[in-house]
Order: sequence, then C-alpha cells, then structure tokens
Amino acid sequence: MATSTAPAPVLASPARRSRTLLFDVVMRLVKDPFVVICVLYLAALIVVAIFPSTFAPLSYEETNFPDKLAPPMSYATTPKLEGFRYIMGADRLGRDIFSRLIYGTRVSIAVAFLGAGISFAIGLTYGLVAGYSPAKVDNMMMRIVDIIYAYPTLILIILLQVFLTSLAQQPAESLGALQTLLVTLDTRSGGLFFVFVAIGAVSWLNMARLTRGQTLHYREQEFVQAAELVGANNRRIMWRHLLPNIIGTCIVAETLAIPAYIYTEAFLSFIGLGVQPPMPSWGSMIADGYGALRSAPHIIFFPALALSLTMLAFNFLGDAIRDAMDPKLRDR
Amino acid sequence: MIRVIIRRLLWFIPVFFVVTGLTFATMHALPGGPFDSDKTPPALIQQMEEVFGLNRPVQEQYFIWLSSVAQLKFGPSLAARGKPVESFLLPGLAVSVQLGLFAMLFALSVGMPAGIVAAMHRGSWRDRSATLIAIIGVSVPAIVLGPVLQWLFALRLGWFPVAQWASLSDGLIPYLSHIVLPAITLGAGLSAIIARLTRASMLQVLGEDYIRTAQAKGLSQRVVTVRHALRNALIPVVTYLGPLAAAVLTGSLVVEQIFAIPGMGRYFVTSISSRDYPMVMAVVVIYALIIVGVNLLVDILYTVIDPRIGHGN
Repeated sequence: MATSTAPAPVLASPARRSRTLLFDVVMRLVKDPFVVICVLYLAALIVVAIFPSTFAPLSYEETNFPDKLAPPMSYATTPKLEGFRYIMGADRLGRDIFSRLIYGTRVSIAVAFLGAGISFAIGLTYGLVAGYSPAKVDNMMMRIVDIIYAYPTLILIILLQVFLTSLAQQPAESLGALQTLLVTLDTRSGGLFFVFVAIGAVSWLNMARLTRGQTLHYREQEFVQAAELVGANNRRIMWRHLLPNIIGTCIVAETLAIPAYIYTEAFLSFIGLGVQPPMPSWGSMIADGYGALRSAPHIIFFPALALSLTMLAFNFLGDAIRDAMDPKLRDR
Repeated sequence: MIRVIIRRLLWFIPVFFVVTGLTFATMHALPGGPFDSDKTPPALIQQMEEVFGLNRPVQEQYFIWLSSVAQLKFGPSLAARGKPVESFLLPGLAVSVQLGLFAMLFALSVGMPAGIVAAMHRGSWRDRSATLIAIIGVSVPAIVLGPVLQWLFALRLGWFPVAQWASLSDGLIPYLSHIVLPAITLGAGLSAIIARLTRASMLQVLGEDYIRTAQAKGLSQRVVTVRHALRNALIPVVTYLGPLAAAVLTGSLVVEQIFAIPGMGRYFVTSISSRDYPMVMAVVVIYALIIVGVNLLVDILYTVIDPRIGHGN
C-alpha cells in the first residue's frame, strides 16, 4: 500500500476520523467475550502453526504399527515410546493424531492467510482500478471477471490442481526453468504451494467485484471531487481517499471468505488432490478417519472438530466486525 | 424484458468459448492419455488415439469437438471405450438434480422460517439461538457434517442407509431414506445462509414506515408480517437463489463423493484422472449452462417479485 509520510493539511482530518472509527470498532469488539475467545483461539492457532515442532510431541510421519488405532489417552505399547500417551489416539498407521493435528494447523492457517493475501493484493487493486476507470475500461475489466465467474469455482480449482500436480510428477529434465522452480517449491512445501496457486487464482474474483461496487459508490461523492479539484492524481485518489473508505467493508468480506479457503483446501486434501502424504492436513486426516468411521471414530473426530471450530471462529469474527462497524447498530 | 433476456443469452456465447477453450487446453496439456496403462502395447495406443482423433493438433480437436457439440453430441467416453458420454451423464445429471432439489427444499423450508421467527422476536432467546445455530451451520463443512450424520444416524441408530443411492423405481421408501442424509448435508450450510439473509432483510423491512402504517391502521400482526413485510423481505432471498444454485451444484460434487452417489460430480472427478476428455468437457459445459441459466431465471423472477425494478437500460 502506498503511504506518504508528509501529511497534507487538507487530508489530515479524514485520516484522524478513520482512526477514531477504528478505535470505536475495536472497543466494541473487545467487550464481546465470544470475540475475545475467537481472537485468542485464532492467535493460538497461528502460534502453533508457526512453531509446530515445539508443540507436537512426535513427528507427523512417525509410524508405530503396534499402536495403530490406539484410542485417545491410551499409553504407547512401542518400547521406544514407553510412557508416552496418545492424547487423541493414533491413526491406522500408528501415527500420533495430536502431532498430526498440530502440523495440519500449518496448512489451514497458511491457506487462510495466503488466500486472503492474494485476494487483497489482486482483487482490491483490480476492483479499485476498474471502479475508478472510465466506463469502457471498467466494463471490459469486469467482463473478464464475469467470464471467469461463470466457471464453477470448485471445478476450476480441481482442474488447476490436477494440472499442477501432474506437472510435479513429470521427469525433471522435461521441465523448463520456471516450471522446475515451481515444482521444487511445491515438493518442498509438501504439495501446499500448488494448492495456494489454485485457490489464489479464483479467490480474488469476489473481492474485485465488491471493491469495484464500493468504488463506484464513493467516486461520485464530494470529497473525491474535492480531491480531483485540488489536483490529486488518480493514484493518490484511489489509495488515500477511496481505499480508506472501502477497506472496512473489504476486511469484513475477506474475514467471511477465509472459511471458504480453509474448506477448499480441506476438500482438495479429502479427495486426494491437496497436500501430498505424509504431510498432514485436516482434510486428509478427515479422509483417513472416514475410512475407519465404524471401527475408530476418534480418528475423524479431532480433525473434524478442529476444522469446524476454526471456520466458526473466522465466521464469528467476521460477523462481529461487521456488526461493530455498522453505524446503524451503534446504540444497541 | 425480452431484450434483456436475449442480451443475457448472447452473453453465454463468449462465456462458452472461454470456459470450454480453457478446459480443453488444460486437459490436453496434462501429461498422459486416456489409454495409458502398463499392459497396453504402444502400437495399440497409437491405433486407439487415431480412432478417436487424439493424434491431431489440439486446435483441430477443439474444432471437431465444437462441431459435434453443435449437433448436440458430446462424443464418446474414452474411459468406457466409446459409449456416448450422454449415456452416463444424463442419469448422473438426473441424480444430481434430484439431490440438489431436495437440498434446496430443505434449505428453504428450514432457513426461511428460522430467519422470520428470529427477526420477529429480535433479541429474544429464539433470535439468539437461531443466530447461533445459523453461524454453526455455515461453519460446519460437508466433509464434517456428512461423516457425522453417517456415523450417528446410519451406523449408530441405523435409521438411514450409510451411503449409496436408490432410484424412485426401487420404491418410495428406499428412495427417500437414501436421500435424507445427503440432502441435509448439502442443505445445512445453505439453510443457515438463508436464515441469516432472511433475518437481516426482514429486520430492515420491519423498520420501514409502511409497516408502521399497516400496524397503525389496525391490521393483525399476521397480516402485516405475511402481506407487507414478508413479500418485500424475500427479494434479497430470491436474488440469492442464483448463487445458491451454484453452491448446491458444486456442493453436490462434495456430497456425492462422501455418500458414493452416482451423480455428475463423481463422473467429473474420475474423468479428469482418467483423461476422459469428452466427459470432462461435457460436465463443464453442463455446469456452466446451469449456472448461467439459473442466474437468468433469477433475474426474471426478480422483476416479477419486485415491480419497481425496471429494465430501462
């Protein structure tokens, strides 16, 4: 984002007003205990996702066949793990579910932030430019979005993902330099990189539409005309005048879109198109447990719970921010 | 009105070319072919590819495909050694549509009343519990809800079959009992979205002056709610039906995987991995057609419900 350090006197007042609005919103949010719980939960997830090895007792790929399907809270029977307790049990290969869950956090949190990041970086810019451009350019830009939009999202993602993963399975010497770089990135991240690309490729569409609509709404208002009159250039108007007004709506929309990214990754991993084993993701863990639903329901229970709780936290937070920013609900 | 419809239909032409072209190019850029297997000798593969025209340049194949689609033929399935794609997809589509309709029925019949009740009793325990359930509903994804329902109602209680599909010809009871769990799995999240949408728009309408007027002239609460509030509150819900249908469509792809239902979504996933080009193309075209069609339908419905919306442009 372009920020200039020299504040023009004319522009100082809207900036100050937006800070007090932000202050208001934050104050209203911290009063709600549910919001605090959600924020703490998500913050804990982020910490766990950054330092998984600190929290996980075992590695995510360590198999102990004697302990396969061990129920939660049972002790390990493998001699080298004497006294070790499987808090959440072990899966079909005797891997510690708790450890795998922790490493799976990494995948979901990364997808959440990358999806949101790409969506903001591309979608916001695209929408701002389209909305502030002359009608002809705007029309053309939005038609492009419309066309991609007609493509069912999940199908596009699946297709992209199949394409990218099969790229990774090709012999290395048949690939060009760029392809080799991409494939290396992907194998290093356990198949995660291509999931990012596929989700990012479609995540910006909604944001572009929303931003453009908001921009169209604000561009006709007096403060924009005033800025145009004093000779501010397009870039300045877009980033310093329009963006601060629309960013709140966009943040709310993005928070509410994050569960969809998390879910898309989980689903891709569920059908075997996501992260590559043995790298755990909540989706692939759910798929693992799904096969043993009858005999060992605990395998599916914990990843399913983690996935649902995380999506719930983001949804709840998004709702709360939206309510807190809504001036109509201010005097509840 | 008719001009708008025609314009929207014309809009499908560029969408069609981009969507099919992109899919075609991606599919053919995938390494491997439909006849690859360890046992098949290379000479035979070559012969098969010649029979199905796969040895020609991709652009030429695309034009061949286009001309056959113009005759409403989607070509032979390569995985099933030449049986026409339609013979798989039409039954699959029928299954998916039935599942989708039941899911939408569930979503609307649960979501709308819940939203209305919540709005009518704003701030009460009913409102709070409905809002809480709704937010849980949007947060529990199908890959969690499906297995949970299967475990509880099929494995534990034995009320419904775990998975699979029964057609209506197997009898009404087996048909319905097979459809309940997948339809709920598919519809739960949507019903939550509809409930929130209905509640929000109902609240907005209930604050309007004409509602106060209606109440002031002594109409019963029921008449005010049904005649005055509900009709206007439903407009945003109707506009949402388009995205809703799209969500049902892609959602059924997930649910069909979980419940082993022979719908279109399952064909799509398997046909990509088996490089069954005609099958993939047909599925994508059908999906895009449905999405564009439903959105058009919603636009028409929109003007019927809300006469204020003109089509002056």
